[in-house]
Amino acid sequence: MNIHEYQGKELFRKYGVAVPRGGVASTPEEAGRVAQELGGAVVVKAQIHAGGRGKGGGVKLAKGPAEARQAASQIIGMTLVTHQTGPQGRLVKKVWVEEASQIARELYLGIVLDRAIGRPTIMASTAGGMDIEEVAAKTPEKLLRVPVDPALGAWPSTARRVAYGLGLTGNLAGEGVKFVTNLYRFYSEMDCSLVEINPLVQTQDGRVLALDAKVNFDDNALYRHPEVEALRDLDEEDPLEVEASKHHLNYIKLDGAVGCMVNGAGLAMATMDIIKLAGASPANFLDVGGGASREMVESAFRILMSDKAVRAVLINIFGGILRCDVLAQGVVDAVKTVNVNVPIVIRMEGTNVEKGREILRASGLDFTVADGMGDAAKKVVAALSR
Amino acid sequence: MSILVGKSTRVLVQGITGKEGSYHAQQCMRYSQEFAEGGGAVVAGVTPGKGGAKLDGALEKVPVFDTVAQAAAATGANASLVFVPPAFAADAILESADAGVPIIVCITEGIPVRDMVCVKRHLEGASTVLIGPNCPGVITPGGCKMGIMPGHIHKEGSIGVISKSGTLTYEVVAQLTAQGLGQTTCVGIGGDPIIGTMYIDLLKRFQADPATEAIIMIGEIGGAAEQDAARWARKNVTKPMVGFIAGQTAPKGRRMGHAGAIISGGEGTAAEKMRVMAECGIHVTQSPAEMGLTVARALGRA
Repeated sequence: MNIHEYQGKELFRKYGVAVPRGGVASTPEEAGRVAQELGGAVVVKAQIHAGGRGKGGGVKLAKGPAEARQAASQIIGMTLVTHQTGPQGRLVKKVWVEEASQIARELYLGIVLDRAIGRPTIMASTAGGMDIEEVAAKTPEKLLRVPVDPALGAWPSTARRVAYGLGLTGNLAGEGVKFVTNLYRFYSEMDCSLVEINPLVQTQDGRVLALDAKVNFDDNALYRHPEVEALRDLDEEDPLEVEASKHHLNYIKLDGAVGCMVNGAGLAMATMDIIKLAGASPANFLDVGGGASREMVESAFRILMSDKAVRAVLINIFGGILRCDVLAQGVVDAVKTVNVNVPIVIRMEGTNVEKGREILRASGLDFTVADGMGDAAKKVVAALSR
Repeated sequence: MSILVGKSTRVLVQGITGKEGSYHAQQCMRYSQEFAEGGGAVVAGVTPGKGGAKLDGALEKVPVFDTVAQAAAATGANASLVFVPPAFAADAILESADAGVPIIVCITEGIPVRDMVCVKRHLEGASTVLIGPNCPGVITPGGCKMGIMPGHIHKEGSIGVISKSGTLTYEVVAQLTAQGLGQTTCVGIGGDPIIGTMYIDLLKRFQADPATEAIIMIGEIGGAAEQDAARWARKNVTKPMVGFIAGQTAPKGRRMGHAGAIISGGEGTAAEKMRVMAECGIHVTQSPAEMGLTVARALGRA
């Protein structure tokens, strides 16, 4: 789960991770008031779940409250397009207003899980403010990686490696150590899957501050953090994906014309792949899970059909726990209740496949039954041009 | 021959009184009776607080204990199958590891990553083998079914199967069986970012298993485990290998169902994984419909 920058910074502050003073605003007037309280120059930043906001015009410098109000009136309500939002962009509803920092140096700091070694790893670089993936690819020597033993956590000696690696010396090293140990404690205690600060800045008056805050949480651990779950912003998610998550379905909208419904994430990805190999594009990823009920299959169908780009549907089920007869009954019920006006190709294999096929036959509905994944993909692509 | 499990495996099921645990323990027991002459059977169940509980059906004679240590001591169980809910699953794995159970298979999906990071750290240097979590389990056809896969699609034979996915594993098994190619052992290693056993450990075992003639490795987007395995296999595996990676069409930055299936930066794309695998001499197929056929071809049987 993702959260906004302002939410990340508020959580950072609770953990003693230094951030500039600031406040969130939903209207230009509020933004002006925040700027008034802060005094001096401020930065007004659009709050959406995407990077690259500055380049898209979502970040503006203001000398005082009046300018802050004006900047906020330009940003709030705009549709911000960045390299991460896609061409349709994202509507901005809130801005974060913070004191402008006198930047001496821009750095990078992140904590991610290194899957190969199974340990959280602190990543730091003096190449702050840049695309860190590019830094890692082109100048890997500029990216310091410090793995953390999860049984020990980040000790001051761990943090010193990072701080000195970032060129923080003298008093600044102490600031850096405090920053890194607190950030690791936050990452670990809050079950983050990623924390990224780009840029982390060294200010001219000798402080170390997070100018940005990108925080992702492990969805599997949200039950331990109801206060984090409350930060979820449904406006930032695709409405169909939100609807799917209510029914415990794993759905991701894509831009093709073939809707697909599959059980199991791996098979669902493989199904998307074979649609592409057959010459069409998948409209979505949809995993109904191992133990889907008839009701879940019906909801899945409803969601598929509410994507207007879908011109044909491919159902690919390998019955294990999910029995083919349950799936078939769910599909038949769904087609009868949901308004379906596109061709449906069904491929079933595994547990109770004969019973499932019989249910489809007996329904009198118009399904194309396929034999194997290759055949299914060919048939659904052929159906597109019908 | 086979790897990890077989007729001599004595399975204890953690979470045997739960809905999932009891259903699948029954299925595993039936597999043992129908396909393995009673070998690889479920010999004990564990649910804290439910020691002494009575089970029914195929499990009628299987005793339930409060702790893994008691169960192992009383029944000689030498493998543990975990169906405990996500919030308690890591603890269940630790309990089996500390009781000295050498093989632990964890089916549970949705365990917090931090919990698994701790488990992984605890198992460092230990001889315990953990398969999963978030996996379909392990099956040696005709020997032992220790998982949730449909047993009847498998066939005894000479192909080793390693896969991150559940139903996609069934798909490849069905394709192999349709080609007349049986399997030595099929291992679902799990789709989470942190899993107990990765490809290389299993490639080692299949390479050393005289009954295994060829190995198929099914991966998916995310991480670099497939590339690491392919590079290792180039130097250490002499048997023919086939590979497929799911997620060639997956968008960047999105979690595709499995917690581990996410492409971040340029790392973990299907194209990159397939390129490295092919470079390392693995027969890579782009089509998930041709996984079985590609194995048959690699063995010169198609």
